[in-house]
Amino acid sequence: MTATVKYDEVEVGQELPAKTYPVHRLDLVKYAGASGDFNPIHWNEQFAKSVGLPDVIAHGMFTMAQGGRYVTDWAGDPGAVVEYGVRFSSMVVVPNDGGTEIEITGVIEDKRDDNTVVVALTARSDGQKVLTRAKATVRLA
Amino acid sequence: MALNREFIGRAFPPSEPYEVTRLKIREFADAIGDLNPVYRDPEAAKAAGHPDVIAPPTFPIVISIGGASLTDPELGLNYAMVVHGEQRFEYNRPLHAGDVVTAESTIAGIRSIGRNERLDIQTVITTVDGEHVCTAHNVIIERGA
Repeated sequence: MTATVKYDEVEVGQELPAKTYPVHRLDLVKYAGASGDFNPIHWNEQFAKSVGLPDVIAHGMFTMAQGGRYVTDWAGDPGAVVEYGVRFSSMVVVPNDGGTEIEITGVIEDKRDDNTVVVALTARSDGQKVLTRAKATVRLA
Repeated sequence: MALNREFIGRAFPPSEPYEVTRLKIREFADAIGDLNPVYRDPEAAKAAGHPDVIAPPTFPIVISIGGASLTDPELGLNYAMVVHGEQRFEYNRPLHAGDVVTAESTIAGIRSIGRNERLDIQTVITTVDGEHVCTAHNVIIERGA
Protein backbone atom coordinates (compact mmCIF):
# COMPACT_ATOMS: atom_id res chain seq x y z
CA MET A 1 0.00 0.00 0.00
CA THR A 2 2.53 2.55 -1.06
CA ALA A 3 1.97 5.60 -3.15
CA THR A 4 4.61 6.30 -5.78
CA VAL A 5 4.63 10.06 -5.14
CA LYS A 6 6.92 11.10 -2.29
CA TYR A 7 5.66 13.43 0.42
CA ASP A 8 8.96 15.32 0.55
CA GLU A 9 8.80 16.07 -3.18
CA VAL A 10 5.37 17.71 -3.07
CA GLU A 11 4.80 21.39 -2.30
CA VAL A 12 1.71 23.32 -1.29
CA GLY A 13 0.41 25.18 -4.33
CA GLN A 14 1.81 22.61 -6.76
CA GLU A 15 -0.54 22.03 -9.68
CA LEU A 16 -1.24 18.58 -11.04
CA PRO A 17 -1.60 18.11 -14.82
CA ALA A 18 -5.15 18.54 -16.16
CA LYS A 19 -6.90 15.49 -17.57
CA THR A 20 -10.02 15.13 -19.68
CA TYR A 21 -12.45 12.24 -19.39
CA PRO A 22 -15.10 11.62 -22.08
CA VAL A 23 -18.66 10.74 -21.00
CA HIS A 24 -21.15 9.02 -23.30
CA ARG A 25 -24.66 7.71 -22.67
CA LEU A 26 -23.27 4.15 -22.73
CA ASP A 27 -20.97 5.00 -19.81
CA LEU A 28 -24.01 6.02 -17.76
CA VAL A 29 -25.86 2.82 -18.62
CA LYS A 30 -22.81 0.81 -17.53
CA TYR A 31 -22.51 2.89 -14.37
CA ALA A 32 -26.20 2.41 -13.57
CA GLY A 33 -25.74 -1.35 -13.79
CA ALA A 34 -22.50 -1.43 -11.82
CA SER A 35 -23.69 0.89 -9.06
CA GLY A 36 -27.33 -0.14 -8.81
CA ASP A 37 -28.53 3.46 -9.30
CA PHE A 38 -31.17 3.10 -12.00
CA ASN A 39 -32.73 6.55 -11.68
CA PRO A 40 -34.03 7.15 -15.25
CA ILE A 41 -32.72 10.75 -15.28
CA HIS A 42 -29.37 9.10 -16.07
CA TRP A 43 -30.45 7.15 -19.15
CA ASN A 44 -33.92 8.18 -20.35
CA GLU A 45 -33.94 11.53 -22.15
CA GLN A 46 -37.72 11.75 -22.33
CA PHE A 47 -38.02 11.13 -18.60
CA ALA A 48 -35.20 13.55 -17.73
CA LYS A 49 -36.90 16.35 -19.70
CA SER A 50 -40.28 15.53 -18.16
CA VAL A 51 -38.89 16.33 -14.70
CA GLY A 52 -37.40 19.64 -15.82
CA LEU A 53 -33.82 18.64 -16.62
CA PRO A 54 -32.15 19.89 -19.82
CA ASP A 55 -31.27 16.34 -20.94
CA VAL A 56 -29.90 13.11 -19.49
CA ILE A 57 -27.42 13.93 -16.72
CA ALA A 58 -24.49 11.89 -15.43
CA HIS A 59 -24.68 10.25 -12.02
CA GLY A 60 -22.93 12.55 -9.56
CA MET A 61 -21.04 9.48 -8.39
CA PHE A 62 -19.77 8.87 -11.94
CA THR A 63 -18.23 12.35 -11.92
CA MET A 64 -16.87 11.79 -8.41
CA ALA A 65 -15.34 8.51 -9.61
CA GLN A 66 -13.47 10.39 -12.37
CA GLY A 67 -12.06 12.70 -9.70
CA GLY A 68 -11.04 9.65 -7.69
CA ARG A 69 -9.34 8.16 -10.71
CA TYR A 70 -7.52 11.44 -11.30
CA VAL A 71 -6.13 11.42 -7.76
CA THR A 72 -5.24 7.73 -7.60
CA ASP A 73 -3.53 7.80 -11.01
CA TRP A 74 -1.43 10.67 -9.69
CA ALA A 75 -0.68 9.15 -6.28
CA GLY A 76 0.04 5.69 -7.67
CA ASP A 77 -2.02 3.66 -5.20
CA PRO A 78 -5.80 3.80 -4.74
CA GLY A 79 -5.26 2.37 -1.25
CA ALA A 80 -3.52 5.60 -0.26
CA VAL A 81 -6.73 7.65 -0.20
CA VAL A 82 -7.67 8.46 3.40
CA GLU A 83 -10.64 10.73 2.74
CA TYR A 84 -12.45 11.94 -0.37
CA GLY A 85 -15.38 14.33 -0.52
CA VAL A 86 -17.12 16.50 -3.11
CA ARG A 87 -20.05 18.84 -3.57
CA PHE A 88 -22.00 18.44 -6.81
CA SER A 89 -22.37 22.06 -7.90
CA SER A 90 -23.75 21.63 -11.39
CA MET A 91 -25.04 18.81 -13.56
CA VAL A 92 -22.99 17.03 -16.23
CA VAL A 93 -25.39 17.09 -19.18
CA VAL A 94 -24.79 14.19 -21.57
CA PRO A 95 -26.31 14.66 -25.04
CA ASN A 96 -27.08 11.62 -27.17
CA ASP A 97 -24.80 12.78 -29.97
CA GLY A 98 -21.14 12.86 -29.04
CA GLY A 99 -21.59 12.89 -25.28
CA THR A 100 -19.53 15.38 -23.30
CA GLU A 101 -16.28 15.69 -21.37
CA ILE A 102 -15.23 16.26 -17.78
CA GLU A 103 -11.99 18.19 -17.33
CA ILE A 104 -10.25 17.79 -13.98
CA THR A 105 -7.42 19.80 -12.46
CA GLY A 106 -5.85 19.53 -9.02
CA VAL A 107 -3.64 21.52 -6.70
CA ILE A 108 -1.86 20.55 -3.48
CA GLU A 109 -3.76 22.52 -0.89
CA ASP A 110 -2.14 21.34 2.32
CA LYS A 111 0.59 19.10 3.72
CA ARG A 112 -0.28 17.41 7.00
CA ASP A 113 1.30 15.10 9.52
CA ASP A 114 1.64 11.40 8.84
CA ASN A 115 2.75 11.95 5.21
CA THR A 116 -0.71 13.03 4.07
CA VAL A 117 -1.52 15.81 1.62
CA VAL A 118 -4.83 17.39 0.66
CA VAL A 119 -5.47 17.62 -3.08
CA ALA A 120 -8.13 20.18 -4.06
CA LEU A 121 -9.87 19.21 -7.30
CA THR A 122 -11.79 21.23 -9.83
CA ALA A 123 -14.01 19.48 -12.37
CA ARG A 124 -15.63 21.28 -15.29
CA SER A 125 -18.02 20.19 -17.99
CA ASP A 126 -19.43 22.39 -20.76
CA GLY A 127 -17.95 25.46 -19.06
CA GLN A 128 -19.60 24.78 -15.68
CA LYS A 129 -17.89 23.76 -12.45
CA VAL A 130 -19.48 20.39 -11.71
CA LEU A 131 -17.57 19.63 -8.51
CA THR A 132 -16.73 22.18 -5.83
CA ARG A 133 -15.20 21.71 -2.39
CA ALA A 134 -13.72 18.54 -3.87
CA LYS A 135 -10.84 17.36 -1.73
CA ALA A 136 -8.92 14.13 -1.42
CA THR A 137 -6.58 13.40 1.45
CA VAL A 138 -3.87 11.01 0.30
CA ARG A 139 -1.04 9.33 2.20
CA LEU A 140 2.16 9.61 0.17
CA ALA A 141 5.37 7.63 0.36
CA MET B 1 -42.82 18.20 -0.99
CA ALA B 2 -41.65 18.61 2.60
CA LEU B 3 -39.97 15.50 3.94
CA ASN B 4 -41.16 14.00 7.19
CA ARG B 5 -39.03 15.55 9.97
CA GLU B 6 -39.82 12.62 12.24
CA PHE B 7 -37.13 10.74 10.28
CA ILE B 8 -34.35 12.99 11.63
CA GLY B 9 -32.05 10.85 13.74
CA ARG B 10 -33.59 7.62 12.54
CA ALA B 11 -31.11 4.75 12.49
CA PHE B 12 -31.86 1.95 10.05
CA PRO B 13 -31.01 -1.63 10.91
CA PRO B 14 -27.78 -3.00 9.38
CA SER B 15 -28.11 -4.13 5.78
CA GLU B 16 -27.85 -7.79 4.88
CA PRO B 17 -24.17 -8.84 4.66
CA TYR B 18 -22.69 -7.85 1.30
CA GLU B 19 -19.84 -9.88 -0.13
CA VAL B 20 -17.33 -7.84 -2.12
CA THR B 21 -16.27 -9.91 -5.14
CA ARG B 22 -13.51 -9.60 -7.74
CA LEU B 23 -16.10 -9.61 -10.49
CA LYS B 24 -18.17 -6.78 -9.00
CA ILE B 25 -15.07 -4.66 -8.43
CA ARG B 26 -14.02 -5.26 -12.03
CA GLU B 27 -17.49 -4.38 -13.33
CA PHE B 28 -17.44 -1.15 -11.31
CA ALA B 29 -13.90 -0.25 -12.44
CA ASP B 30 -14.93 -0.91 -16.06
CA ALA B 31 -17.99 1.31 -15.65
CA ILE B 32 -15.89 4.24 -14.43
CA GLY B 33 -13.28 3.57 -17.12
CA ASP B 34 -10.48 2.94 -14.62
CA LEU B 35 -7.94 0.38 -15.85
CA ASN B 36 -5.77 0.34 -12.71
CA PRO B 37 -4.49 -3.25 -12.30
CA VAL B 38 -5.05 -3.26 -8.51
CA TYR B 39 -8.80 -3.40 -9.33
CA ARG B 40 -8.42 -6.34 -11.75
CA ASP B 41 -5.33 -8.43 -11.13
CA PRO B 42 -4.94 -10.16 -7.73
CA GLU B 43 -1.19 -10.49 -8.27
CA ALA B 44 -0.81 -6.76 -8.98
CA ALA B 45 -2.89 -5.99 -5.89
CA LYS B 46 -0.76 -8.32 -3.73
CA ALA B 47 2.42 -6.76 -5.12
CA ALA B 48 1.03 -3.40 -3.95
CA GLY B 49 0.54 -4.84 -0.46
CA HIS B 50 -3.18 -5.62 -0.58
CA PRO B 51 -4.67 -9.02 0.33
CA ASP B 52 -6.65 -9.19 -2.95
CA VAL B 53 -7.96 -6.78 -5.59
CA ILE B 54 -9.17 -3.59 -3.93
CA ALA B 55 -12.20 -1.49 -4.79
CA PRO B 56 -12.03 2.07 -6.17
CA PRO B 57 -12.55 4.84 -3.59
CA THR B 58 -16.14 5.50 -4.67
CA PHE B 59 -17.15 1.79 -4.69
CA PRO B 60 -18.62 1.91 -1.16
CA ILE B 61 -21.58 3.82 -2.66
CA VAL B 62 -22.74 0.45 -4.02
CA ILE B 63 -23.09 -0.82 -0.47
CA SER B 64 -24.29 2.37 1.19
CA ILE B 65 -27.13 2.89 -1.32
CA GLY B 66 -28.93 -0.07 0.22
CA GLY B 67 -28.30 0.98 3.79
CA ALA B 68 -31.19 3.40 4.25
CA SER B 69 -34.82 2.75 3.45
CA LEU B 70 -35.40 5.98 1.56
CA THR B 71 -38.28 4.28 -0.21
CA ASP B 72 -40.37 4.34 2.98
CA PRO B 73 -43.53 6.19 1.85
CA GLU B 74 -43.74 7.86 5.29
CA LEU B 75 -40.54 9.80 4.47
CA GLY B 76 -42.26 11.37 1.46
CA LEU B 77 -39.24 11.39 -0.85
CA ASN B 78 -40.05 11.81 -4.56
CA TYR B 79 -37.20 9.84 -6.09
CA ALA B 80 -37.74 11.34 -9.56
CA MET B 81 -36.82 14.77 -8.17
CA VAL B 82 -33.72 13.61 -6.32
CA VAL B 83 -30.22 14.77 -7.25
CA HIS B 84 -27.00 14.10 -5.38
CA GLY B 85 -25.81 17.11 -3.37
CA GLU B 86 -22.62 16.05 -1.63
CA GLN B 87 -20.67 12.87 -0.92
CA ARG B 88 -17.72 12.19 1.33
CA PHE B 89 -15.94 9.01 2.39
CA GLU B 90 -13.56 8.53 5.29
CA TYR B 91 -11.53 5.37 4.84
CA ASN B 92 -9.97 3.22 7.46
CA ARG B 93 -8.72 0.99 4.64
CA PRO B 94 -9.78 0.13 1.07
CA LEU B 95 -12.46 -2.51 0.56
CA HIS B 96 -11.06 -5.66 -1.03
CA ALA B 97 -12.44 -8.78 -2.64
CA GLY B 98 -13.45 -11.22 0.06
CA ASP B 99 -14.70 -8.58 2.48
CA VAL B 100 -18.17 -9.28 3.83
CA VAL B 101 -19.64 -6.04 5.12
CA THR B 102 -22.81 -4.47 6.40
CA ALA B 103 -23.95 -0.86 6.12
CA GLU B 104 -25.69 0.98 8.94
CA SER B 105 -27.31 4.25 7.98
CA THR B 106 -28.64 7.11 10.06
CA ILE B 107 -30.58 10.13 8.81
CA ALA B 108 -28.41 12.88 10.26
CA GLY B 109 -30.59 15.77 9.15
CA ILE B 110 -33.42 17.09 6.98
CA ARG B 111 -33.86 20.75 6.15
CA SER B 112 -35.30 23.05 3.53
CA ILE B 113 -33.08 25.12 1.25
CA GLY B 114 -35.37 27.45 -0.66
CA ARG B 115 -37.79 25.20 -2.50
CA ASN B 116 -35.53 22.17 -2.16
CA GLU B 117 -35.30 19.60 0.61
CA ARG B 118 -31.88 18.49 1.85
CA LEU B 119 -31.38 15.05 3.40
CA ASP B 120 -28.11 14.14 5.20
CA ILE B 121 -27.34 10.45 5.63
CA GLN B 122 -24.39 8.86 7.38
CA THR B 123 -23.51 5.26 6.62
CA VAL B 124 -20.95 3.20 8.52
CA ILE B 125 -19.53 0.21 6.66
CA THR B 126 -18.17 -2.55 8.88
CA THR B 127 -17.02 -6.10 8.18
CA VAL B 128 -19.09 -8.87 9.72
CA ASP B 129 -16.09 -9.38 12.04
CA GLY B 130 -16.59 -5.86 13.37
CA GLU B 131 -13.74 -4.04 11.58
CA HIS B 132 -14.63 -0.51 10.53
CA VAL B 133 -13.84 -0.04 6.82
CA CYS B 134 -15.25 3.34 5.94
CA THR B 135 -17.89 5.92 6.76
CA ALA B 136 -19.91 7.60 4.01
CA HIS B 137 -21.61 10.98 4.32
CA ASN B 138 -24.28 11.51 1.70
CA VAL B 139 -26.37 14.60 0.97
CA ILE B 140 -29.28 14.23 -1.39
CA ILE B 141 -31.46 17.06 -2.65
CA GLU B 142 -35.10 16.73 -3.58
CA ARG B 143 -35.73 19.50 -6.06
CA GLY B 144 -38.85 21.58 -5.48
CA ALA B 145 -41.57 21.21 -8.12
